[in-house]
Amino acid sequence: MALPLGKSKRILQCLKSKICVVGLGKNSFWSGWFHHGCPSSMAPLAPTCRNPDAVLVNAATQFATRRFESTKAEKHVDSLCDAEGNQLLDFPGGKVAFTSEMRFIPESPMERAHCYRVLDDNGQPNMSNFVQVSKEVAVKMYATMLTLQVMDTIFYEAQRQGRISFYVTSIGEEAINVASAAALSIDDVIFPQYREPGVLLWRGFTLQEFANQCFGNKADYGKGRQMPIHYGSNKHNYVTVSSTVATQIPQAVGAAYSLKMDGKDACTVTYFGDGGSSTGDFHAALNFAAVMEAPVIFICRNNGWAISTPVSDQFRSDGVVVRGRGYGVRSIRVDGNDALAMYTAVHAARKMAITEHRPILIEALTYRAGHHSTSDDSSKYRPVSEIELWRMARDPVSRLRRWIESNDWWSGEAESELRSNVRKEVLDAIQVAERVEKPPIAEIFTDVYDAPPSNLCEQEKLLRETIRRYPQDYPPDVPAL
Amino acid sequence: MLGIVSRKVLGQSLGRIRPAVWALRNYSSAEKQMTVRDALNSALDEEMSADPKVFLMGEEVGEYQGAYKISKGLLEKYGPERVLDTPITEAGFTGIGVGAAYYGLKPVVEFMTFNFSMQAIDHIINSAAKSNYMSAGQISVPIVFRGPNGAAAGVGAQHSQCYAAWYGSCPGLKVLSPYSSEDARGLLKAAIRDPDPVIFLENELLYGESFPISAEVLDSSFCLPIGKAKIEREGRDVTITAFSKMVGFALKAADILAKDGISAEIINLRSIRPLDTPTINASVRKTNRLVTVEEGFPQHGVGAEICMAVVEESFGYLDAPVERIAGADVPMPYAANLERMAVPQIEDIVRAAKRACYRSTAMAATA
Repeated sequence: MALPLGKSKRILQCLKSKICVVGLGKNSFWSGWFHHGCPSSMAPLAPTCRNPDAVLVNAATQFATRRFESTKAEKHVDSLCDAEGNQLLDFPGGKVAFTSEMRFIPESPMERAHCYRVLDDNGQPNMSNFVQVSKEVAVKMYATMLTLQVMDTIFYEAQRQGRISFYVTSIGEEAINVASAAALSIDDVIFPQYREPGVLLWRGFTLQEFANQCFGNKADYGKGRQMPIHYGSNKHNYVTVSSTVATQIPQAVGAAYSLKMDGKDACTVTYFGDGGSSTGDFHAALNFAAVMEAPVIFICRNNGWAISTPVSDQFRSDGVVVRGRGYGVRSIRVDGNDALAMYTAVHAARKMAITEHRPILIEALTYRAGHHSTSDDSSKYRPVSEIELWRMARDPVSRLRRWIESNDWWSGEAESELRSNVRKEVLDAIQVAERVEKPPIAEIFTDVYDAPPSNLCEQEKLLRETIRRYPQDYPPDVPAL
Repeated sequence: MLGIVSRKVLGQSLGRIRPAVWALRNYSSAEKQMTVRDALNSALDEEMSADPKVFLMGEEVGEYQGAYKISKGLLEKYGPERVLDTPITEAGFTGIGVGAAYYGLKPVVEFMTFNFSMQAIDHIINSAAKSNYMSAGQISVPIVFRGPNGAAAGVGAQHSQCYAAWYGSCPGLKVLSPYSSEDARGLLKAAIRDPDPVIFLENELLYGESFPISAEVLDSSFCLPIGKAKIEREGRDVTITAFSKMVGFALKAADILAKDGISAEIINLRSIRPLDTPTINASVRKTNRLVTVEEGFPQHGVGAEICMAVVEESFGYLDAPVERIAGADVPMPYAANLERMAVPQIEDIVRAAKRACYRSTAMAATA
């Protein structure tokens, strides 16, 4: 009954070649099993088990064919036993040990999943095995986080003054934005929700480019098509922000699949909030990513609030991290306000995603210190004291600052200089953007399709004709050409 | 009738009895018969072979060879990386397909029927259709959504709706609906090669129908232009527009009308969006009468759009009010007699054409 391991290995090679699984696995099937063991998840079926059929059946569906598993089930096997001699049941999906004790798995664990953290509240590292970040990277991370904070404050004010119609701040989530971006490569494709401009900032999007999009002017890469904060840039590998919640999650999986088929040394990274994790798209995406073995990193910004819905009304699970296991996705909970912890976790996740072709879920715990958007006043549904606490005492930017100052990489002078420079730059960018012309009329009709169809060409002609005849009915600042 | 559509084109009736030797020559009127199913399968096969970025995903497309066997043999030929069996979540796999297209692959997403596409319609409209525009050309979505659309036989309300009008109203999408095997091959190839998202509305009952097909159509580079309708039959007295299965009905109606001395011009729309209004208008300016035929619900339907387009462009040429034939304004019933009453039949088309020609006839169906 028990085939020697060597023989089943040959059988597997045979199966692999029949199905022409190109580029997949090489030997990761075996290494995946033995190096990452996952003994706790498959307790009775340790690799030392003499029944190698168990190894075959329980492995990831490398072969994407269910033919072989079903014949395994039909094969007559005398007594399926685990290492302890307990009997195993042979159902589709793999062998399971049975128990005569009826026990429900509790709805919540004895203890919540632990949260990985490197820097304490005073910016002091509490352990030494985190990725050592160079002074250059650390200072750049800090400067970018500070820039994001200043930029957010000023743009928010600009909306209040009526200069832009809408804005979304990332106050309190600067570390998630910037530290995650710092740990990635420029080839990793970002699928953002809408609270991740820090990723773009890290990658080199300028303050002027941000301002142009918010003002929807001629220089906007989006040609004035979208509301403010819907940034997008191909050259920064940042997919245009889309207002629909969580639709980017399965899209990231599809793009990751393309990257895998191309054999690229890159992954996709997608961000979403605690609210976004309730959508059907989240479910389908994680499920598929695991089945398709797609190199994607899911970063959940669990900031406690989905507009006015607190997490206690959003889900009853222990946050989002525990759901990873529900889909067969490796996951970790991280202190989202700790830049070094974020950096280390994303760095490790990226490596696993690309070399092992697997999705990773990172739940970054944080707090949404600002309002949901300029259309929201969060003091209406949460105590101002709570907001103040997180803003002041638990600010991720200050925390990182304490660390870099303790390394003598930063000083009070550098701080005030950077602050005033950034402030000036943002104000300038806004002034410039405000004065740039709006996009030309032709842009109403382009990009609907790859090539403009005849009906749209006609409509454009008609529109121009109408404007020419009745200029008094059209705003003077819309260029006619 | 099942299977062969007879066409009164010179030489084709001879084609079926030509000896094998003749069939080897490259005459454009050479006579092969091909089912719509085989036409779609061969188009998919050839496009997947020509471009490694094309891949197929959907429920049952792989191991099961396709719920309607359209993707037969493709898993074996191209492997599980290019023919993906998906879990049951239209919203999920549509989102994944769109993401793959964002990155540069060319997915062909199959919906078991377009009724199930409603689960995915947010991704189709808000992600696929609008992305190129919203991103100002930075994100193109070369994706094809295909599957059976409209009524089949005895499948009830949730499996019988026609989505041509719904998708046809959305800018950013292209919407195609083939009738014959030539349409199926040419339009599917065009759809896969097109850089914009395309909705490809097939018809389950047409899958098994055979049509004559020329050597030119069988060539792997064959492609039909998107946005051009085909005049299936020329006529002088009334223009009848139709798409998908209704083209077959309209052609039969034309035969019946011919016996009464009414020469009907049958236009196979092929493309719902963009709609070939120039061809339709040119035809109406010739015949001065219009009947539109569709299986879908009447309100806000394809026929309503065609009628308006003709009124806008060719009002002065109309000699009679425009007639619109559509399915009944009810969810599709199951019982065979009720189902028959809920979709247009050949007699309805004949009656409408006669009304447009002022040959008085009752409005109500008597079938």
